[in-house]
Order: sequence, then C-alpha cells, then structure tokens
Amino acid sequence: MLLISCPNCGSRDETEFHYGGQAHVPYPENPNELNDREWAEYLFYRDNTKGTFAERWLHSTGCRQWFNMLRDTVTYDIQAVYPMGAPRPSTAVPAAPESGTASLAADSTTTGTTAPSTSATSTAPGITKSGTTAPEGATK
Amino acid sequence: MSTHQLPEHPEFLWHNPEPKSSYDAVIVGGGGHGLATAYFLAKNHGMTNIAVLEKGWLAGGNMARNTTIIRSNYLWDESAAIYEHALKLWEILPEELEYDFLFSQRGVMNLAHTLGDVRESIRRVGANKLNGVDAEWLEPDQVKELCPILNISDNIRYPVMGATYQPRAGIAKHDHVAWAFARKCDELGVDIIQNCEVTGFLKDGNRVVGVKTNRGTINTEKVGLCAAGHSSVLAEMAGFRLPIQSHPLQALVSELHEPVHPTVVMSNHVHVYVSQAHKGELVMGAGVDSYNGYGQRGSFHVIEHQMAAAVELFPIFARAHVLRTWGGIVDTTLDASPIMGTTPVDNMFVNCGWGTGGFKGTPAAGLTFAHTIATGAPHKLNKPFALERFETGALIDEHGAAAVAH
Ligand SMILES: Cc1cc2nc3c(=O)[nH]c(=O)nc-3n(C[C@H](O)[C@H](O)[C@H](O)COP(=O)(O)OP(=O)(O)OC[C@H]3O[C@@H](n4cnc5c(N)ncnc54)[C@H](O)[C@@H]3O)c2cc1C
Ligand SMILES: [Zn+2]
Repeated sequence: MLLISCPNCGSRDETEFHYGGQAHVPYPENPNELNDREWAEYLFYRDNTKGTFAERWLHSTGCRQWFNMLRDTVTYDIQAVYPMGAPRPSTAVPAAPESGTASLAADSTTTGTTAPSTSATSTAPGITKSGTTAPEGATK
Repeated sequence: MSTHQLPEHPEFLWHNPEPKSSYDAVIVGGGGHGLATAYFLAKNHGMTNIAVLEKGWLAGGNMARNTTIIRSNYLWDESAAIYEHALKLWEILPEELEYDFLFSQRGVMNLAHTLGDVRESIRRVGANKLNGVDAEWLEPDQVKELCPILNISDNIRYPVMGATYQPRAGIAKHDHVAWAFARKCDELGVDIIQNCEVTGFLKDGNRVVGVKTNRGTINTEKVGLCAAGHSSVLAEMAGFRLPIQSHPLQALVSELHEPVHPTVVMSNHVHVYVSQAHKGELVMGAGVDSYNGYGQRGSFHVIEHQMAAAVELFPIFARAHVLRTWGGIVDTTLDASPIMGTTPVDNMFVNCGWGTGGFKGTPAAGLTFAHTIATGAPHKLNKPFALERFETGALIDEHGAAAVAH
C-alpha cells in the first residue's frame, strides 16, 4: 500500500485517497475551435508514462483537498508532493528498471514528457520531498 | 546428481532461433495475442517469414498472470460478436492445435446484488440471446443449486438476488494455451525470439521499415504491436499516442483443496470473482489498482478487499490460506473495449487495450489482427474497435456490463 503524504494532513494510507490521473491537463482555451481530433485528445488521451509521472490525488476521507504528486510508475516511489496550480517540479531521479524483466534500457522515450502549461525547470514553493515520509518502496 | 542421471529432456515445443536480418512481418510481444496473431498469419495468410519478438520469456506477461476466465456474455453487439467468435474458436482449438489445454466449459455466473444489478443482468441476458450467446437468468435458489457453497442468505451486506449464467463459458490452462500456439507457430516456420526487446522503430517517411532491438536491427515490411501493458511505450517510440492507461491488476490463489467449487462465480458489486483450478487452488481476482503502474505489483488492501468479499459469499473459504499473490500490467481504455487496427504510422498495426479481460479474446484477436496485418484492412469483427472510435464518438462502452471485466 502506498503511504501518501497529504500536504494538509501528513502521511496517510493510500486507502484514504482517490486517484485522479494525469496532472496538468488544462481545459481547452477555446473549446469552440476544437476539431474532433482535438476533442478526442482532450477527452480520451492521457500520457501513460513509464517512469516519473505527474498525477492528481484527492484526500477523500481526510481534508478532501486535491494535490499533485510525482510518482515513479515502475517502482511506485513518491518523489514529490505539490499543490494544485503549482508547476511540475524538476526531478533528476531516473526510472528504475522493471523488476523481473530482461530490460535494462532506460526509458528515454517515456521520461521528460512535460505536461502542457508547466515549465519543468522552476521548483514550486511548498514542495514536500517525500523521501522523509514514505518508506522505501512505499508499497507492501 | 550429475546430468547423465537425469531423465531425458522432453522434446522442446519450439526452437530459439537467432533473429534474421529481415522478415515480412514482425509481431512485438510474445504473449497470447502475439502468438495467436503469428499462428493465424501463417495458417490463414501463408505468411511464414515472420517473427514474434518477446523482451522477456514467452508468455511471461499477462498471459502467465491471468485468471483464465473465458466467456462471451458481453452487452453490446460488437463485443458479443468478437467474444462469441473467440468462444467458438476455443471450442475447436484443442483439436486444431493438437494440444489439450484443459478448456473446461463449467459455466460462468455473474451475481446480482441490487435491484440495479438485477435489471442490468436481465437486460444483458436478453441482449445475449438476441446475439446467439447462451445466457440464462437464475433466481437465488437456482444459483444455490448450481453452486452449493455460495451463501444466498439474506443476512449479508449484499445478498445474492440472482445471477446471469453462461453455460458454455469456463476456464483453460493459460500457459498451455501459449505453448500450444507457440508449437504450431514453430512448426509453420515462424521464428519465436525471446529476450529480444524492441527499443525503437526505423521509418522511411511515415512508413515503418524496421525495428531496433537489443539483439540488433531487423528490417520488416509490417509491424504488429501486441504488447498489452507496454503498448503506450511502443506507440510513443513509433511517434503516436494511444488512449490507454496501464494499471496493476492483481490475483491470488489458495493452497490446493478438494473440488468444492463447480463453476466460475463473478460479482461486480462486491468485487471478487472465484474459480477453482484443475489442480485444486481457489483462484481469485478483482478490479485494478487505481493508480497507473508498470510495476507488476499492486497494493495489499486490494487483495484484502477481495478476500473479504469472497469469504462473505463463500463462508467455507474462511479457513483457506493465501498461497501467493501477483500482478500484471493491464492496458485499460475508457470504454473497457480493446483497440485493433491501423495506426497513424503506415504498415504499423496495433492490437491493445484488452485490459483486464483479453485472455478470453486471444483466438479472435489473433484471427482478426492477422487479417488486418496481412490485408492492411480491418476484419469485419475488429472494424468497430479501431482507434478512430475515440474521435467519432462511436465508443463500445462495456463498463455497465463488465465492471469486473475478466
Ligand atoms: C491478474 C490478471 C487477471 C486476468 N484475468 C483475466 C481473465 O480471467 N480472463 C481474461 O479474459 N483476461 C484476464 N486478464 C487479462 C489478460 O491476461 C490480458 O488481456 C491478455 O493476456 C493480454 O494479451 P497478451 O496475452 O498478449 O499479453 P501479455 O502476455 O502481457 O503479452 C505482451 C508481451 O509483450 C511483451 N513486450 C512488451 N514490451 C515489449 C518490447 N518493447 N519488446 C518486446 N516485447 C515486449 C511483454 O513482455 C509481454 O510478454 C487478466 C490479467 C491479469 C493481469
Ligand atoms: Zn489531507
């Protein structure tokens, strides 16, 4: 189980949270101008990153607030927790190879996809580095 | 013990050739779908100068991790057509592949626990019958008759209010299915290449002309992607996106027990499904872990939850033990239906998005995807499942009928 550090409540079990998928997907600025392809992208297409992924979580049985998180989708390590609206923090943590496969290749193709509307360079205020709160592996 | 004291090694089911420098078609992914596709390419379309490239070992992905439920009682016409075709193929494949992979048509029951469930179930039985899929509605006492260990009393949180039943549904031995396809592929001249990871694609303009692998570059006329949980990763290498999210999906087995469970029972509402494997293990599963994940493992509370549901429905399971749990990486779509067809890259085809329920579809996925690769055009059964549906809005929304979609 993930141990997630809510910015308002501190470390809580994953069972208190609700997953919200990819973060930083803005509502189309001019919805009337979108063609079918662009609507499809907005409605149905999300990044499916293998490696560090910016995603939304809701602390549904606690403070009921949304926040963003950077998590490695292979190791499940939580790398940063940051407020909604803040840009994606930069991380230099490489994706770990998947256990149990012959693959050693770093997924250069899947990392570094910055979400629209953020700059990956600035570090937002209020970022919690989760290394202090999440145990190694973060899952049991 | 020295080797000469060991019994003779049984015959290998397939060879492990070195990759050639070029093929007429390359299938990426040596799970059930990749192997079935290669088999039908060779058998139905005479394409034998082809290879299946697998980054790990043959059928070590979801093919080795699924709970083997086979059924075709889906709600919508498009789904019923392809899953029912698959079921008909399952019925003849042991003979065709000359391999008894223990396909056991012991029936599948989908329980109803609320009035909403009851209405949806009866509607689905009607839809199934109109589509030529065997389906029945069972009242609670009929449920009990078919599966005596089920608790149908009123004093549980979600009493059993009835069930749909598909008698021709069942289970099979998943690894043997893969080996059966692999042996036939090998006999037909297909190269099955393990430990061969595709790391990129060679393109001439918008046309794919080869694959880069950890064992060198391989030229090819056509590429068929059958990479299940890694489909997005491969699509990104090729330069296009897929509307897919990869999630962990877990399952578990108990120790061996004498036969107590004669059928397959699924419950969307309390979220568990259970069958008893041929050897005697109770096999259980439920829904995906909520977060995206490529780790082939999930969170323990998901296991705990499904066991609580199982013990309430089957009180005798309270004394069974969990022997092991595991996880796979499933490629889910928003309408819970697969994606098959052409891609934005010429001569590259994709078969993915089977998510939590693609084992049952293996033969039909292989048959129709082989047609698409060989002819460059959709098969009538996979046409509605093309990538374009997310643009046209013609979704095939199976969530209602298949919330626990195995
Ligand atoms: C726990 C669990 C329970 C399930 N239960 C059921 C069920 O009861 N009934 C049902 O119908 N379905 C079930 N499913 C779903 C079913 O297993 C899948 O839909 C189906 O196996 C997917 O097709 P496949 O066999 O080809 O996938 P896989 O076996 O996963 O094959 C994909 C292959 O592609 C390979 N690959 C990936 N990337 C590369 C690369 N770059 N280069 C080379 N190779 C690559 C992988 O290593 C893998 O072997 C379940 C799945 C899980 C995880
Ligand atoms: Zn909180």
